[in-house]
Amino acid sequence: MNAVIAQLPVLILVVPIVGALLILLAGKVNRNFSYPVTLATISFQFAASLILLSAVMTGGTIHYYLGGWPPPMGIELVLDAFNSFVLVVILAMALLTAVWARQGAALDIPPEKTVPFFVVFQLLVTGLCGMTITGDIFNLYVFVEITSIAAYVLVASGRGARSLIAGFNYLVLGSIAAGFIVLGIGYLYVATGTLNMGELAAMLPASYGLATVHAAFLFLMIGFSIKVAFFPLHLWLPDAYTESPAVVTILIATATSKVTAYAMIRVIFSVFTPQYITESFPVTEVILIIAAIAIIAGAVLAIAQDNLKRMLAYSSISQMGYIMFAIGIANQIALEGGLLHIMAHAVMKGCLFMVAGMIIYRTGITGIHQMSGLSRTMPLTCAAFALAGASMIGIPPTIGFMSKYYLVLGAVEAGQYLAAAVLLIGSLLAAVYIWRVIEIMYFGDHHEGALHSGPEAPLSMLVPVLILAASCLLLGLFVDIPLEIIGPAVTLLLGGS
Amino acid sequence: MIEDLFALFLSRYNYWMAIILMLIGLYALIAKQNLVKKIIGLNIFQTAIFLFYISFADVTGGTAPIYLPEGPGALYVNPLPHVLMLTAIVVGVSITAVALSLVVRIYQEYKVMDEDELLEVMRRP
Amino acid sequence: MTLDTLPLLALLAPLTAAVLIPVVGRHENLRESVTLIAAGSMVLMVLAMLPEILEGGRISITLLPLLPGGDLALRADAFGMIFALTASVLWLLNSVYSIGYMRALREHDQTRFFFCFAIAITAAMGIAFSANLVTLFVFYEILTLITYPLVVHVGTPEAMQAGRKYLAYLLGGGICLLAATVVTYTLTGTTEFIPGGFLAAGSGTALSLQVLFILFMAGFVKAAWMPFHAWLPAAMVAPTPVSAFLHAVAVVTAGVFGVVRVAGWVYGTDLMAALGLGTVLAIIASFTIITASLFALAEDNLKRRLAYSTVSQLSYILLGVSMLSTAGITGAMVHIPFHAFLKITLFFGAGAIIVGTGREAISDMRGIGQKMPVTAVMFAAAAAGICGLPPFCALFSKVFLSLGAVQAGELILLGVIIASSVLNVAYFFPIIYTMLIARPSDERTLDGIREAPLFMLIPIILTVIASIAFFFSPGMPFLDLSGIALAEINGGVLP
Repeated sequence: MNAVIAQLPVLILVVPIVGALLILLAGKVNRNFSYPVTLATISFQFAASLILLSAVMTGGTIHYYLGGWPPPMGIELVLDAFNSFVLVVILAMALLTAVWARQGAALDIPPEKTVPFFVVFQLLVTGLCGMTITGDIFNLYVFVEITSIAAYVLVASGRGARSLIAGFNYLVLGSIAAGFIVLGIGYLYVATGTLNMGELAAMLPASYGLATVHAAFLFLMIGFSIKVAFFPLHLWLPDAYTESPAVVTILIATATSKVTAYAMIRVIFSVFTPQYITESFPVTEVILIIAAIAIIAGAVLAIAQDNLKRMLAYSSISQMGYIMFAIGIANQIALEGGLLHIMAHAVMKGCLFMVAGMIIYRTGITGIHQMSGLSRTMPLTCAAFALAGASMIGIPPTIGFMSKYYLVLGAVEAGQYLAAAVLLIGSLLAAVYIWRVIEIMYFGDHHEGALHSGPEAPLSMLVPVLILAASCLLLGLFVDIPLEIIGPAVTLLLGGS
Repeated sequence: MIEDLFALFLSRYNYWMAIILMLIGLYALIAKQNLVKKIIGLNIFQTAIFLFYISFADVTGGTAPIYLPEGPGALYVNPLPHVLMLTAIVVGVSITAVALSLVVRIYQEYKVMDEDELLEVMRRP
Repeated sequence: MTLDTLPLLALLAPLTAAVLIPVVGRHENLRESVTLIAAGSMVLMVLAMLPEILEGGRISITLLPLLPGGDLALRADAFGMIFALTASVLWLLNSVYSIGYMRALREHDQTRFFFCFAIAITAAMGIAFSANLVTLFVFYEILTLITYPLVVHVGTPEAMQAGRKYLAYLLGGGICLLAATVVTYTLTGTTEFIPGGFLAAGSGTALSLQVLFILFMAGFVKAAWMPFHAWLPAAMVAPTPVSAFLHAVAVVTAGVFGVVRVAGWVYGTDLMAALGLGTVLAIIASFTIITASLFALAEDNLKRRLAYSTVSQLSYILLGVSMLSTAGITGAMVHIPFHAFLKITLFFGAGAIIVGTGREAISDMRGIGQKMPVTAVMFAAAAAGICGLPPFCALFSKVFLSLGAVQAGELILLGVIIASSVLNVAYFFPIIYTMLIARPSDERTLDGIREAPLFMLIPIILTVIASIAFFFSPGMPFLDLSGIALAEINGGVLP
């Protein structure tokens, strides 16, 4: 048993790749077999991630050398408090999305396409796991590309022809981003002669003054900023989130964007170091200013939308600003808030996008103004929306409030009062765009309510939504549990032991 | 002054060429209306990066990184960037494949391949 | 079951009700029983804590480690008990009244209504028992959000508009409160309420502490001090039991409660005086008292006039705090329950008139005292009480406030109190006259008007009786509690 656990870091990547092939084979036999295989594979990954997390929490960082080759010859997989936490979060989201997809996939994916859909879905999840646990920066690029290609395909797989264009635009911008990332990696290699993240961190300080290192940093930052849709490089995101199938939106809005943010934080703090970004090449203030703009601009744009999915997409741009905000402050408390927000945003945005999908599934409605009285026909769905929405606004004691509290506290402690104020105004704006929906759902004109006399959404969609909505509350009340993991993770990032 | 710049260009001409190619590619990606030309731009952009990696791996007078009679003491070029670029080429091909198939599907749907025309077609109900 | 769990149980009673109400929502009688049982048991739990508190004890319980600077922790102390006792007793009466009101008007969405009510009172109790700023903030925000559906209950465009205003003011205030909490924590490393305050002159520059206080005041916009009061009259679109709840049981009361808490348990009277914050507060309060009374004078809609009356009356509490003298703060503390009991009677009366006649304009109410004698008499009694006439409890708070003004040597403040009493009479007595003495131009307009149902009359009568009882026994319990609270702030010296 222990031998198996020792191999888990690689199994969490190999099993789903084999699983993806199995999905294809099972699909050849019978189209309906592909879904159970997907669910089983992702369940395995989730279970494995839990085991790995507990192993990391008890035994410290795990280093796994692929093929037994130690770095710098071989590729290393590293699991520490930070990425094993992210791994659990994204696999939990992937699992819930997969459950949701049992009926939700049929919304946009024609039956004859379900088999390839689930294959690509599985590959996307695998790529995300790889991005999370790899300890080699070029390997990171490869997994970024696996993830991205899968995401391009999935975004373009919607029923509407517009999703093709959204997918194409995503591809163009994503490929530019990937180009910048690989260029940055090249500069890092030129400066140090290694690709292992740990060795890079050890060797870079000697050449902090070199223009090569600055160029590497800038290229990597631009590349990842496009990938996480950091304002103003977000242009691909609204279309990609709006036009893609509901299942895909949920997955890329929760798992993909979070892992990309993880990768960015990893590169900034673990490859370059806190000293580098504050002393040698002071960028934190620039990041903070742009993050503040992103928070406000994303929220304002969200307020202007009528399409629910597009509104949530702009909200994501604003919320991504919160995570970048933590990088801009770069102290212990703010980063704890940032990491907490990675989880918080995954949970609440997942819930909200699922609700948006369920509303389309049952009523075909996408416009917010058409949703009046929806709480009568879909009470549980709307309740989940209200709860996750409250979390989005940052009403205590939800998880969204907790992360926001940490961010504000970190900003005040760093003496950035103005930034703290921006953050608070951002949550007020979030109240505007979320509350508009709640108002229409619950208190809209009663006569129009009769228009949607459909039933509540099916159980397989309702259960993941309710789990996520409850998590918004429970994770907030028991916030010390995730913080026990996040605390050490941030210490690690900031260069402590 | 001019001569100095020229000398600088010449001494690092391989990198300059990579950068120029990269800019050409980016220009095509952003400015070209035709979707296929955008993909060509993307390929130029990627190729420029390949060239960049390959040229910094080069060692003056180095030979191919294979086992030579001189043993480990032989002067050979750094093989790792080549390996990395093999991977990157595979990635690039995959992206091109996906992009082309998307363009084909877009053409089937809208019967246009030009971005401006596409926007116009989309605006129609 | 030990004493320690009582504050928690007092919160869990209405919370349990909130869970049960949607479950049994289809069976009206069962649903209403759940509300009443929860309300009754909550009163019992609060009363069970009373002896311990009156002996000067405190009951503390930490629920969850929540955030740096504040666990989710409850603590029942004397001042908290004043609010808790007021809120729990009035919620019981208000629940009885709501049942009568909602049924008489055949309101829609009654399940949602009672569900939100139950959570709102949970939040109010949480505010009363919060042991630190973080806990206070948590319940404060919950209260904001959960009262919104109550305010917009009717669902008309006008109500939605008012609801947006309500939410904008209160969420904006909540954000200021959050900022104030965070800054306080950064300055001192704690947010736990300590009698006499934990901020010290050295915690920050004088300017920063003054700005922080302004931030706190902005946070407690629920206290409806002018010029940030507009949400309260707007919220009058709500059904009357909700208005009663907002004005007397929880929301505005929570606002002034917070101000007193911050003044006495975060800043402390000495620091307040040293920073000149008493003056700031006095200016705000005096301005609000006079201006709101004038607004009330000009208002013909009964509920809106009552709303302005609340704005004015609650600033008495701020005024009392601003004096920073024992009598002033005592007056402020006891004015919370005394005003609440009287004001809820007035709202109950206004609601009864709506149910009985459908009229809201004061000018339409000529002579309705003939047909609704109980309501009209009780309304008149409560109005006289608020004006500070004997034998009603509010006399005491006014006496203490006046005493405080003299003690503080601020005769201007005494002038404000006297002027506002005159204004009180000026805007309340015409109502009494219209209802009881004036004759309608056409007696036939009174046809068909009947007294409100018994479910509504009983609470009205009970609150008036309570107000009179507190006049004859002012010590028990509110004045005694405020004495203990004051002794805590002053470091053990009884006034």
